[in-house]
Amino acid sequence: MSFVTVRNIFQSYGTRPILERVNLDVAEGTFVSIVGASGCGKSTFLRLLLAEERPTRGEIRIDGAPPALEPGRERGVVFQRYSVFPHMTVLDNIVAADAFTRRFGLLFGAERRAARARAAETLDRIGLGHMAEAYPAALSGGMQQRLAIGQALTARPRILLLDEPFGALDPGTRLAMHDFLLELKAGTNMTVFMVTHDIEEGFKLGDRLIVFDKPRWDPTDPNAYGATITYDLDTRRRDEGIQTLLEETNVHRPA
Amino acid sequence: MRLINRKPGRPLALFLMLVPFVAVIVAYMVGSDMRLSVNPADKLLPAPSTIADTAARLFTEGDRRTGRVLLWYDTAVSLRRLGIGVGIAALSGLVFGLLIGLLPHVRAGLAGFVAVLSMVPPLAILPILFIVFGLGETSKIVLIVIGITPFLIRDLSQRVIDIPREQIVKAETLGASSLVIALRVALPQIMPRLIQAVRLSLGPAWLFLIAAEAIASDLGLGYRIFLVRRYLAMDVILTYVLWITLLAFLIDLVLRWLSRRLYPWAGAGL
Ligand SMILES: Nc1ncnc2c1ncn2[C@@H]1O[C@H](COP(=O)(O)OP(=O)(O)O)[C@@H](O)[C@H]1O
Ligand SMILES: [Mg+2]
Repeated sequence: MSFVTVRNIFQSYGTRPILERVNLDVAEGTFVSIVGASGCGKSTFLRLLLAEERPTRGEIRIDGAPPALEPGRERGVVFQRYSVFPHMTVLDNIVAADAFTRRFGLLFGAERRAARARAAETLDRIGLGHMAEAYPAALSGGMQQRLAIGQALTARPRILLLDEPFGALDPGTRLAMHDFLLELKAGTNMTVFMVTHDIEEGFKLGDRLIVFDKPRWDPTDPNAYGATITYDLDTRRRDEGIQTLLEETNVHRPA
Repeated sequence: MRLINRKPGRPLALFLMLVPFVAVIVAYMVGSDMRLSVNPADKLLPAPSTIADTAARLFTEGDRRTGRVLLWYDTAVSLRRLGIGVGIAALSGLVFGLLIGLLPHVRAGLAGFVAVLSMVPPLAILPILFIVFGLGETSKIVLIVIGITPFLIRDLSQRVIDIPREQIVKAETLGASSLVIALRVALPQIMPRLIQAVRLSLGPAWLFLIAAEAIASDLGLGYRIFLVRRYLAMDVILTYVLWITLLAFLIDLVLRWLSRRLYPWAGAGL
C-alpha cells in the first residue's frame, strides 16, 4: 500500500530541467535514503515533498490526499543548518511546536504548563534536559540537530524530511546521531526521507536507498537533461554490491 | 611583524583612546590663551574657566524674568520632541519592515516607493512642513519622523528578508500562520536590529531636531544655540554643544545596554 505517491514529477527552473520523470511509491513507516551527485536535485526533490515548491508537472500525494500547496504540520523538516530558532531557548524551541498553532503563537496558563512539562520530557529523551534554558548558540552542532529533530517530531508529522542533517557534523558525533535516529525509528512508525552524501550512512539508516542521476547526458550541453531515480535498492536485501553501484553512476563517496 | 597584526595592550589602548581628546582640549586651551593674551575681551575662544562658570550658571540659575532654569526646560522640550519623533519612526519602521519583508504583495507595492522616498532630502521639505503643520511641535516631530523612517523601514525589511528561509519553512511545518511567523519568528529577531538602527539614526534625528528648532521655536536646545549666536556667546554655545553631545552619548549607551540585556542570544555584535 503506497503512503507517499510521487507521479511523473518534472521540475525545471527557467528553461533548465532539474528533475524529470520521477516516480516513487513509499509504504508508511519506510526510511528512504536519497543519494546522488552534488547539484543533481536531491534538495529540490525534498522541497517538492515538503510542498515548499510545486512541480512543473506531476503530483505528490500523501495518503491519497490532494497535493499540498504549502508546507504544513503533516510534513516535518530538518535542514543541515538554521533548523532551530536562535532567539528561543532550547525548551521554548520544543514548546513552539505546540504554541505555533495558536492564533498569536502563544500558550497560556495550564496549557502552557502542560506543554512545558511535555517539552521537558522530550528534552530528557533526546539528552538535552540539562540545556533547557540555554540558547541554541550554546549547543554543539550535534545537539542542535538533535533539538531540530525533537522539535520536528513534537509536531507529529506524517512524513519527516531530512536534508543532509548530519552533513556538518564530525564523524564521531555523526555516529552518535545514527544511534539516536535508529532508536527513534524503532520507537515510531514515521515515514522518513533523508538526503545524504554519505552512501554508507544511507545504507545503514535506510530501509530503502534511492539514487538520483542523469540517465541521459548531452556532452555539448550538460544541463540539457534533468536527473531521475536510477537505482532503488532494498537495503535489507544485501545482494547488490555497493561497488558496482558507484561505478555505474556518478555517485561519489566523500574523500 | 606586520602592522595589521600588532595590537596594543590594555594600558596602551586606554592611553591611545585618550590622546585625541587631550589633544583637542590642549589645542583649544593654547588657542584660547593666545587670543585672550592679545585681547582680553575676545569672545571667540573663551577660556575653559569661563565656560565652566557659564555652565554652572546655566545649569543652576533661573531666568531673570521667569525664574525658570532655561537649560533644563530646553532639554526637556528637545528630548520630548526627539523621543516622540524617534518613537513614531521606530514603530513605523518595525511595522512596515515586517510587512515588506514577509509579504510579497506588500513588498511588490511598497519597496520601490520607500526606496524613492528615502532619497528626498528631509530638510528641503521643512518649509512645506511649517506651512502644513504650522510652527508648533507637530512640524518638528514630523521632520524627525520623515527624516529617519525610510532608513529604518529599509534596514528592517532587509533584515527580515535576511532571516534564513529554512527558519520560515520550519515555522510553517510547525503549523504557524503568517501572523505567528511575524510575531514569533521575525519580530523577536529584528528587535535587536531595531535598537541598532535607532542608534544609527539618532545622529540624523538630532540634526533634524536642531535644524527645526533653529528656524522656528521658542524653547529647545537648538533654538537656544541659534539665539545666543547673535551675541557671539561662545561660552553658552559650547556649553550647550557639550551638553547635547553628552546626552547623545548617554542615550546611545542606554540603548546598547538595553539591547544586550533584552536579547542575549543576539551575540556581542551589537
Ligand atoms: N530556486 C532555484 N532556482 C534556480 N535554480 C535552482 C534553484 N534551486 C536549485 N537550483 C539548481 O538546481 C540544481 C539542483 O539543486 P539541489 O536540489 O540543491 O541539488 P542537491 O541538493 O542534489 O545538491 C542546482 O544546479 C541548483 O543550482
Ligand atoms: Mg542539497
